[in-house]
Amino acid sequence: MTGTSVRLTGISKSFLGVPVLRGVDLELAPGEVHALMGENGAGKSTLLKVLAGVHRPDEGRVEIDGVAHTFAGPADAQRAGIGIIHQEFTLLPHRSVAENVHLGREPVRRLRVDRRRMVRETGELLEWLGEDGIDPTAAVSTLPVAQRQVVEIVKALATDATVLAMDEPTAALADHEVELLYDLVRRLRERGIAILYVSHRMREVFDLSDRITVLKDGAFVVCAPTAELTSEDLVRHMVGRDLSALYPDRARPEDLGETRLRITGGGNARVRDLDLQIRAGEIVGLAGLQGSGRSAVARAVFGVEPFTTGTVELDGVARRIAGPRGAVRHGIAFVTEDRKGEGLALRQSVRDNTLLVRRSALRGARSRVAADLTALLESVEVVARGEHQEVRFLSGGNQQKVVLAKWLAVDPKVLLVDEPTRGIDVGAKQTVHQLLRALAGRGVAILMISSELPELIGMSDRILVMHEGRPAGELPAGASEAAVVGLATGHGIGEVA
Amino acid sequence: MSSTTEKPLPVRSVPAQTRTRRFTLTPTVIVYVALVALLVVGSVLVGLQGGVLLDQAGLLNIFTRATALGLVAIGQTIVILTGSLDLSVAYLVGLTSLVAAETMAGQSGMIVPGVLLALAVAAVVGLVNGLVITVLKANAFIATLGVALILRGYLEQNYTGPAGDVPRTFQHLGYDRVGPVPVAALLMLGVAGACWWLLSRSRPGYHIYAVGGDVEVARLSGVHTRRTIVTAHVLCSVAAGMAGIYLASRLGSGAPYVGTDAGFDLESIAAVVLGGTLLAGGRGGIVGTIGGVFILATLDTVFDDLAVDPFFKDVVRGVVLITAVALYARGMVRRPR
Repeated sequence: MTGTSVRLTGISKSFLGVPVLRGVDLELAPGEVHALMGENGAGKSTLLKVLAGVHRPDEGRVEIDGVAHTFAGPADAQRAGIGIIHQEFTLLPHRSVAENVHLGREPVRRLRVDRRRMVRETGELLEWLGEDGIDPTAAVSTLPVAQRQVVEIVKALATDATVLAMDEPTAALADHEVELLYDLVRRLRERGIAILYVSHRMREVFDLSDRITVLKDGAFVVCAPTAELTSEDLVRHMVGRDLSALYPDRARPEDLGETRLRITGGGNARVRDLDLQIRAGEIVGLAGLQGSGRSAVARAVFGVEPFTTGTVELDGVARRIAGPRGAVRHGIAFVTEDRKGEGLALRQSVRDNTLLVRRSALRGARSRVAADLTALLESVEVVARGEHQEVRFLSGGNQQKVVLAKWLAVDPKVLLVDEPTRGIDVGAKQTVHQLLRALAGRGVAILMISSELPELIGMSDRILVMHEGRPAGELPAGASEAAVVGLATGHGIGEVA
Repeated sequence: MSSTTEKPLPVRSVPAQTRTRRFTLTPTVIVYVALVALLVVGSVLVGLQGGVLLDQAGLLNIFTRATALGLVAIGQTIVILTGSLDLSVAYLVGLTSLVAAETMAGQSGMIVPGVLLALAVAAVVGLVNGLVITVLKANAFIATLGVALILRGYLEQNYTGPAGDVPRTFQHLGYDRVGPVPVAALLMLGVAGACWWLLSRSRPGYHIYAVGGDVEVARLSGVHTRRTIVTAHVLCSVAAGMAGIYLASRLGSGAPYVGTDAGFDLESIAAVVLGGTLLAGGRGGIVGTIGGVFILATLDTVFDDLAVDPFFKDVVRGVVLITAVALYARGMVRRPR
């Protein structure tokens, strides 16, 4: 494969009269990883879609190897050698790897789809990437998430792409899977592929990229070699102000109240021997690898897959929680990791989503109260066009704030949050962090799950680490990442550090 | 977290999926097992009353019942796989039977033009269905219901009963048989085979599954999603048109309500779902549908032989349908997302 360079100049794009991109420039060189950063709504995804031929720019030029192109659709961009890894998986789970890789471009021989060739070419690409452990004939639904990401990349490469644009490729991955992706990105770079890498995660960008371009409110802010930027610079460019303290202050000992949630010997099919107490005002972090039982703990407490052994006490009273409805009644709230699938009714309004739990869980007149709606939405700083806007049109950060508002509407005693800041921008992240700390300050006991270690360590008053369904150990506030990883991988503290 | 990089990479340590295809209880397998079970139980029940289910007449009965419904259900399978639906097929069957019979008007020389015109009319209706759904972005349920109402209005305005005349020579299509198997049933199975090939081997077939699986994924992968949906609807309507032509040949004339009296709209959807195709699209296929069609045809034949109350018949059909879908749903639940 020969290298391809891309140059976008003066790209502008408006939707319904609202400018989303305003004269943005971007350059990509062969064998370069170029990070594109900015808050949600800064126009990153739109720029990506212009490059992918999904959107046609109102103004500006797209040049590939010095030749100006006008893309009428995604197929044109593909032909020009541009491959896109979209934020959500674009795979059909029930079809095979090879079928997915060739989707839309199936090779045909004597009228019929040449399946042998599909499998062979997919196998060759997988081998080229050093991922020959994936069987091209396996159904995508049988692969772990990390391998699906590989399939996604192979799918883009199969179009003979020499330019790959990745939109938050790690959003769906756990920490150890992210490392594998890094490795893959580096291998792609060595092979001369130009990579445009969109991400919210600072660390990824600094680990991987050669250059960084920052957008803010649809306009170009800066483009500089990564080595010349610090994370403070970057945040300042993105947000337009300094984010001095990234995490709010932790609870002081005198802020902590009585134990609100106490689990003794909790266990079910996914979790064993769980002992956990959370006091009023405390944020307990729950760490662990994907599949370690991290989320299963929250799901068990909330009654989705209830504990089958052990006892759960709320404010000192033993309770049996058989289902989510019972959990809500007892003052437990659960912000799930799947915001769009489990957290929100996407096609319903901000108002309906915010009042959802109150209407279903409370009885009588209390369930119909909506007078404090504005105050609720303000307290979580939702930015929406109004309470009647459908939540699917909000940015990820604002959606997450609506999820929080939904639970605040019923005044929970215990709040379980699973990946509360996944896929949301730096500004919204900080708001969510401050909100969680403020809630703790009002006496809520919070269990926070996150695969982003700096966040987990920055926020938690204590960290419980899960390994293969059991608690592997507990760490105090401000523990090192190495200690957490050590416990999470089953090595013990400090062994890998 | 540089500390974890020296560990072996889990992506590669995960063993590759074994290549051997394990025999699994897919809906397609279930439906044929159920069909065999039904034939056995039916034979016993009919036998207890002194009859024989699977004699020449019984088989003929089953195949005849399966022919028209089979054709409609084949088309319905294709649209349902794309994530769409067609409620206009029943009226279309009536309309095409009339078009064929009236064009032929008793003359052998007009058989070919009659058949072609009927198929062309069907194709146009399918095209309209497809365009209303893709261009006007109407929900498939409503779009095809609307087209069904338009067809009904036309039929009610212009016909009070059977019309047209099919020449004798064309009636052979409806009545000739090879042993106990009607020629038309073989033709239906031929159409099924062709559609199976189309769906599982051809590029348009791959795109039908892709669009039904996830329209957005298909679109972002460069599939012409609109073209795929329109094609599916045209194929579906043409299949319904074939059913109309077949029924005209059997009845000797066209009949406006021959499709609706048989309830081909909902019946065909029932056969498709019974055959294990997901109503949401993207999974399933013709083979299952044919199984579903034969289950429904066999049930009817058994009930006829037993002279069962028609209301009870419907109750049993309802129970069978719900049981089947519940069974498939359980199968899906066990799989990880």
